[in-house]
Formats: sequence, structure tokens, C-alpha cells
Amino acid sequence: MEKQNYNYAIVRSFVIWSLIWGLVAVLVGVIVSFQMVEPDLNFPPYLTFGRLRPIHTNAGIYGWGVGVIFATFLYIVQRLCKTPLWSDKLAKFQLYFFNATIIASAVTLLLGYTTSKEYHEMEWPIDVMIVILWVAFGINIIMTILKRKDEQMYISLWYMMASIVGVAILFLVNAAAEPVSLFKSYSAYAGTNDANVEWWFGHNAVAMALTAPPLAMFYYFLPKSTGVPIYSHRLSIIAFWSLIFMYLWTGAHHLLWTPVPDWIQTLAMGFSVMLIAPSWGSVFNGYLSMGGQWHQMRENYLVKFLILGITFYGLQTLQGPMQAIRTFSAFIHYTDWVPAHIHMGTMGWVSMISFASIYFMLPRIWDREVYSIPLANLQFWLVLVGQLIWSISLWVAGVLQAGMWNAMNSDGSLTYTFMETMVEMYPYWWARAFGGVIYLVGLIIFIYNIYMTVKKGEPTAVTTATAEGRA
Amino acid sequence: MWEKKPVLLIVLATCAILVGTIVTMVLPFAWVNTEADRIEGVTPYTALQQEGRDVYIREGCNNCHTQTVRPLVSDVLRYGEYSKSGEFVYDRPFLWGSKRTGPDLARLGGKYPDEWHYKHMDSPRAMVPKTNMPDYEWIRDYPLDPQMIQRKMETLGFPYTAEEIKALEGKTEMDAIVAYMQKLGSDIPWRQATKTEIVGDLNNPYVGVDHDTMEPWEALYSENCAACHGEHMEGEIGPELIGDDYDEEILFELIYSGISDGGMPSFSSLGTDKVWKLVNFIKYYHQGEDH
Repeated sequence: MEKQNYNYAIVRSFVIWSLIWGLVAVLVGVIVSFQMVEPDLNFPPYLTFGRLRPIHTNAGIYGWGVGVIFATFLYIVQRLCKTPLWSDKLAKFQLYFFNATIIASAVTLLLGYTTSKEYHEMEWPIDVMIVILWVAFGINIIMTILKRKDEQMYISLWYMMASIVGVAILFLVNAAAEPVSLFKSYSAYAGTNDANVEWWFGHNAVAMALTAPPLAMFYYFLPKSTGVPIYSHRLSIIAFWSLIFMYLWTGAHHLLWTPVPDWIQTLAMGFSVMLIAPSWGSVFNGYLSMGGQWHQMRENYLVKFLILGITFYGLQTLQGPMQAIRTFSAFIHYTDWVPAHIHMGTMGWVSMISFASIYFMLPRIWDREVYSIPLANLQFWLVLVGQLIWSISLWVAGVLQAGMWNAMNSDGSLTYTFMETMVEMYPYWWARAFGGVIYLVGLIIFIYNIYMTVKKGEPTAVTTATAEGRA
Repeated sequence: MWEKKPVLLIVLATCAILVGTIVTMVLPFAWVNTEADRIEGVTPYTALQQEGRDVYIREGCNNCHTQTVRPLVSDVLRYGEYSKSGEFVYDRPFLWGSKRTGPDLARLGGKYPDEWHYKHMDSPRAMVPKTNMPDYEWIRDYPLDPQMIQRKMETLGFPYTAEEIKALEGKTEMDAIVAYMQKLGSDIPWRQATKTEIVGDLNNPYVGVDHDTMEPWEALYSENCAACHGEHMEGEIGPELIGDDYDEEILFELIYSGISDGGMPSFSSLGTDKVWKLVNFIKYYHQGEDH
């Protein structure tokens, strides 16, 4: 076995740090969910909803999401290419620089240095850091792929490469700004143009950071966990190319009914509906790969995480296109429905896949059996129930508020003032905060389980060896 | 073939990504913010307003407030004339937002008097009892930095005068954010354009209403009027309402259409029935009481 040559130390570090930032993200999320219902929990100038919410989203996307991307990609690329990393030093630099960037982001956002652009709030010096970080990561992955032992590249590698290129293009264009000082800059674009660029970025950051990478993980870890290959190679080819082609047209569905030109909105709407096909291509490929293996949903906790994850991906990619249709957007946009949608994607799809990926890697990178499978099962139910409470309560809230916003009297006047609609949200916001707490408990159990695995787990014996043999 | 050639795969993937990017993100620059969608009357921000905008950004107000009115019945009735591309040409960055935890602010300018904003920013719940907006009275403690603001105006290429910069001395971030909010959406004369012309006679549907019938209307008054005219109509930001002798019809028009240069918002979105209830409540509820 060449196992000794693989750089697992770097994977271990990224797993640990992604967990730390994931915990921060969820913790801050829970805090801001309570600030929504109790404004006295805002402590100015630093700890207000307006400053903490971007920390929640960015810690979630860049700390937890990208942290797991780094951990899993660096693992997968070595395994699939059957060769150690191109540069261990570069990977080490990437680790330190990743944490420096996340810390700098959190501190500057707390201090109020923000561009206000959603999911791109950090000011320009941090944008520079992010570019350096991504280039270091991208080079290492691509160079490792270039020196691979197998000529054929597996599906996961396609998604990884597309995501590396995609994120780079999106981030660079949207980052363009004129600095006034070290901590303040003005966007290079104005008004409607700025909005269009931002949501081209915003929506496709979801594609390139929160869709393609979890798909790379799913395509790798599902067959690894079940022991049977992916159902259809041809389907994965069609799904891959149509996904990365179609996604980029859809950003303006975030801007329906705004001053952005109608034809851009219409294109975005059309392509959003078409995107159901490639998304469900992967969903079906996952389901059909379970043919004859569904009993593993009972026996193998990894499969449970993965299949629930891909199920939420399927639901997400049906609900998303629905919201992208003008008539439905007119009703539901700007309400609490939208955060509920996002959180099904992040808590349901991305995080479920991430949990499974980390559980799968644990015995292989630490040479320890996972400490407790019952705890893993408990975590599964907590994060599932927590997320469902979170999303369902806000879907109901969103429909309720949208209905009230649109309700009219017989003389054509509005039935409700804005405040009358807002006060109706409080019970649902409480429910959401409660769901968030359950999710947080699930995450803490996950971290505890990993901690105990590292500390007290039994040394791995047979299972890994078999898995090794299959690799 | 591409499955065996990583460089080819990267090139093809980049091309796939660039098609949609060019059509929907690059091409629009040819139409948007050009002469075609310019609107006369839309002016750059003054130094004070721009600084207010930067405070708005720093405090993340855009996390809860949108700034774009959609061409939809309920949006236009609630907030005012729908937003037009030409109104945002000086917005760097745009602040349209994505969530209305609080109301849209695109047409806020001129809706309320300055004093309302100062009070509301100090303590939103003093004005709107059940809101979840946090207090921002603390930004009164932060004086403006005229030099920095001048640099910002230079970077943005907005016109300013030396007096304007000098006048920033001694002002606080609160002054700036209020100035910014008063500018929002007011570059086009939409209030005058959309003012309701009342034709024919106005007939009070509640002539001779008794005190008990009016009692439940107090909630309507508290929610919409009390913040400015006092819980008992004693007057505060707005004038005292007890004992004024406006005709029912004039009072109706004032409430329905507002007084745009007097800082009184229009309450037409409440509908005629509620406005008539308010007219009767204000005129007759406290009649015969000792004050």
C-alpha cells in the first residue's frame, strides 16, 4: 500500500479547522436568530444583527463549507490520482493562510468593514487574501491531477476542477472595487449593473462552492460507503456538462421585478427551470446507485447521511426553480421563505454530505475507528429534525407574510400595514431559533464524536484494509 | 477524451461557464446605466448623504431592508412609485437587499420629518412598539471625519464644495444617516405625480358615531398616528390634534394624501374606510372630555 505516502496530516488539520469554523457559524446563527425576536440582545457597536449576520453567512460558506472542500478535495485527489499531493509545503501554507483569512474576515466584519455585497462582504485586502488562498489550493489540486497514476479521471475530479475555475472567475469579477483606504472601497460597478454582477456572483457561488464540490464528494463517498459503483457514467457526464453550462445564466432570478432588464430576468427564469434536469440527473444517479442496496439505509449510517443529503439537494433544486418563476417570486420574494430555502440547502444538502465525508475519512486519516456509531445516529436525527423545524416554520411564515402583504380590501387598499404583518412573524422566528438550537446540539455531538475518535478510538483493523484494497 | 486530459477539461469547463456569463453579465453593460436609462433630476449624493450611506452599509442595514419597489400592486401601494434603473446610477454599491425583515426604504425620502428619524433611530420601539429593530442612538457619539469624507467624494467623483466639507465639522453619524434616508427615492417627483385627486363629495360614513363604537379605533390611531401626534393627541413631532377645527373632508384629505412638504406621510394605503375611522376618532373621540 502506498498509503504512507499520502499527506493525511493536512486533511486532518482541515477537518479540525472546518469544524471550528462550522461551530462558529452555527453558534452565531443561533445568536442572530434570537436577536430577531429580542432586539435587546443587540450589543452595539460590534454585536448587532447587522454586523453578525454576515459573520454567520461567511463563516458558514468560507469557514465550514470551503474548509470541508479543502479537507475532502485534498483527500480525494490523492486517492483518485493514486499519488501524493504535488506540494506538501503549499498545502501547509494553504492551511495557515486559510485560518488567517477567516480570522481577518471575522474581525473586520465585527469592526464594520464591509462592502455590503452578500456573501462577498469582506473588504478588498481580504479579497486579495482569498485570491491567493484559492490560487494556492487550485494549483496544488491541478498539479496533483496532472501527475496522476490513472489516466481516466473519475467524476469527482471533473466537479473539482470546474469549481476551482468557476469560483476564481466569479470572485475576481465581483471583487472589482476602487479603494478609498485600507478598510473602505467602492464597487467598480454602479446601481443596476452592480446588482446584476453581484447576483451573477451570488447565485453561482452557490453553484461552484456549494453544489459542484458536494457533488464531487457525493460521487466519491457514496460508492465508497456502499461498496457499489455509481449507476450510470453516461448520466453523470450529461449532468456535469449541462449543470456547469446552465447555472451561469440564472443569477438574475434573484432580481425578478427589479430594474434589471426584463430579458435578463426571463433568461434567468428559463434556465432556472431547465436546471432541474442536470440537478435531478445527479439525484437519480445517486438513487439508482442504491439499487439492491437500500438495506444499507438501516445498516450503514454513512449512507443515511448521503442519501438524505442528496434528497435535500433534489428538493432544493425543485424549490429553487419554482421561486425563480416570476409569478411565484412576486409573491414569496423578500419573505422568510427565502432563508428557509437557503438553509435546506446548507443544513440539509451541503452539511449532510460534509458530515458523511468526514465520518468516512476519519478511520482512514487518523487510523482510528469512529468512536460511537450510536452518537452518529443521534447526530443524524438532531440535525435532520433541527433543520426541518428551521425550514418548515419559516416556509409557513413566508407564505403567511406574503399573503398579508398582498391582501387587499374591496376598495383596492391594503388590508395590513407592514407592522401588522411583521408581528405575526414572531412565533415562527421563535420556532426557527429553537430549530437552530437543536441543530447546534447535533453539531456539538458530531464534534464530540470526532474528538473521542481521535482520543480514544480503537485502532483501525480490517475495515480500512478492505477499503484500501478497493481504492 | 476530455476525461483523460485535465487541461482540456479545464478549458472546456471555462468555456461552458463563460457563455452564460457573457450573455447575462457582460452584455448588459451595453444597455444599463447608459444614456438610455438616465433620468433627469437624479443627482449624486452630497458629502453628508454619502457618509450616511456608508454608515448604513457599515451597520448592515441592508440585511433587513430592501431598496427596490417592484412594479407590483401591493409594492406600489405600500411603498410608492416602482424603482427605475436610472435612479441608481450613483449607487456604489447597490443596496437593493434580499430580505424585508423591515419595510422597503426605496421611497423613504421625504416621508417623515427629520425629527421622526432621529427619534426612531434612537429607539425604534418608542415609535413602533413591536418592531425588532435595534436601537442606534449610539451613532450620535461618533463625529464625522471631514477629511476622510472628502477623500471618498474624490474617489467617487461626486461634486462637492469646500463649504460642504467644512459644514460636516461637528456633525455626527446620526446626522449623516438621517440626511441619507431623506434622499432615498426623492430624486423623481413621484409623490406629486401619484397624489390622489379627490373628485365629487366626500361623505363621512360614520356621521354621528358614538363613543363606544369608536373605542376599538383607538388601536388604529395608536399604530399610525400616536408616534408623531402623541398617545392622547397632545402633539409631539406633529401638532396637537385635540380641538382642531378642520372639516371632516379636509381632515380626510390630509390623512389620505399627507402633507408632502410638511413631513406628514400619506395614509392612502390604509384605504378609505380606515381613514374615515381615523377622521371620526380624531375629531370626536375626546370631545366633551376635560383636558
